[in-house]
Amino acid sequence: MSYDFDFSFLAEKWPAFVAGAWLTVQLTVVSIALGFAVGTICALCRVYGGAVLRRLVGGYVELIRNTPLLVQIFIVYFGLSSLGLKLSAEVSAVIALVVNMGAYTTEIMRAGLQSIQRTQLEAADCLGLTRLQAIIHVVLLPAMERVYPALSSQAVLLMLASSITSQISAEELTATANLVQSDTYRSFEVYIVVAVVYLALSALYRLAFWLLALVLFERKRRLGTAL
Amino acid sequence: MTQLSVNHFLYLVTAAQWTVLLSLIAFVGGTVVGLPIALMRVSRSRLARALATVYIQIVQGTPLLIVLFLSYFGLGILGYKLIPLVAAGLALTVYAAAFLGEIWRGCIEAVPRTQWEASDCLGLNRFQQYTYVVLPQALRVAIPPTVGFMVQIVKNTSLASVIGFVELARAGQIVNNSTFEPFTIFCAVAAIYFALCYPLSLASRHLERKAHAGRN
Repeated sequence: MSYDFDFSFLAEKWPAFVAGAWLTVQLTVVSIALGFAVGTICALCRVYGGAVLRRLVGGYVELIRNTPLLVQIFIVYFGLSSLGLKLSAEVSAVIALVVNMGAYTTEIMRAGLQSIQRTQLEAADCLGLTRLQAIIHVVLLPAMERVYPALSSQAVLLMLASSITSQISAEELTATANLVQSDTYRSFEVYIVVAVVYLALSALYRLAFWLLALVLFERKRRLGTAL
Repeated sequence: MTQLSVNHFLYLVTAAQWTVLLSLIAFVGGTVVGLPIALMRVSRSRLARALATVYIQIVQGTPLLIVLFLSYFGLGILGYKLIPLVAAGLALTVYAAAFLGEIWRGCIEAVPRTQWEASDCLGLNRFQQYTYVVLPQALRVAIPPTVGFMVQIVKNTSLASVIGFVELARAGQIVNNSTFEPFTIFCAVAAIYFALCYPLSLASRHLERKAHAGRN
C-alpha cells in the first residue's frame, strides 16, 4: 500500500469549513435551547400533569427515542413538504433536532424532577407559594443541577448527530465536507479534517457547559461540590 | 412513477432484515472490541488506561456519520474493494466498542472493592479474579444498559444508508424515488424501526427494575 496524504486543499477550502462549522454551531445552539425548553415543559407535564397529559408525553418520548433521527429528518423535510408544508432544509433540520432533543431532555429532566423530595414542595406550600411559583423557584433549578451532566452530554450528542442533517442538504459541516471531497477527490483527508473539527467542537461545547454551570449553580459552587 | 402497493411494504420488511443483520454485526463487533476497552479502562497499567481513554474520547467526540465515511473511504485507500456492508460493520463496531466499553467500565467499577480484596485473600490471580469473581457480578449490572444501548445501535444502522448499503432507511428512499409518497413511506419506515426498538427499550426497563428489586 502506498498512499500519499495530501491536505493541500485546506489552503483554498478552509473558509468553506469555517462557514460549515459556524452553521453547525448555529443550528445546534438553537436546537439545544429550544429542545431543552420543550423537554422541560414535557417533563413537568409528565411529573405533575394529569393522566392524559402524562400518556401523551410518554407516547411522544417513546416514539422519538425508538426511531432513527435520519428517518425523523426525512419525515419533516420530505414528508411535510409532500403534504403541502414546504420548509427550507435548515428549518426542517432545526425542527427535527428540537423534537429529538426534546424527547431525550424529557426523560432526563423527569429523573431530575423526581429526585426532588416532596417535602420541598410542601415547604413551598407552607410559604404560600402557588404550585407554579414553587416549581419555578424551588424545584426547577435543583432538579436541573442534579441531571446537569446527563443534559450536557445529551447536548454534545445532539451536536454530533446534527451531522445527519447533511442528508437533506443543510449546508453544515458534514455537507461542506461532502462538497469539498467531490471537488478534490481527497475524501479520506477531508473527513479526517472534519473529524478533528468535530472533536474541537465537542471540547468547546463541554467547556461552554462547564462555564454555564458556574453561572447557573451558585449554590453548588458555594458548597464546593463538583459541577 | 408507480403506485404505492403492498409489494413496496414487503420490500421494506425485507430490507429490515439487513438492518437486523448489521445491528448484530455491530453488537458482536462492539462486544469483541468493547470488552478489552473496558478492561483497559480499569487496568492497573497507566498506559492501557490512557490508550483506552483516548480511543473513547475520540470516538465519542466524532459523529458516527464521519466515522462511517472514514471507514468507507479509508478501506478504499487500503486497497480493499468498497463493500458497504464491511465498511458499515467496521464503523459501527468502532462506535459500539467505545460506548459499550464505557458502559461496562462503570459496571466493573460497580462491583464493590471488598470483592477484589476477598478474592485477593483467597490467592486468586488477576485473571481468576476477573473470570470467577468480578465479571459475573458486573454482568448482572451490565445487562439492562447493554440492552438499552442496542436500541442506539439499531437506530444508528440507518446511517449506513448514506454509503449505499441497502437497509431499511435506504430502502425507504428507494421506494420513495419511484412512488413519491414520502410521508407514508417514511412513517412506515419509522414504524418498522419502532417495532424493532421498542421491545428492546421495554426489555431494558424491565430488566433494570428487576435488578433494582433484587438489590433492595
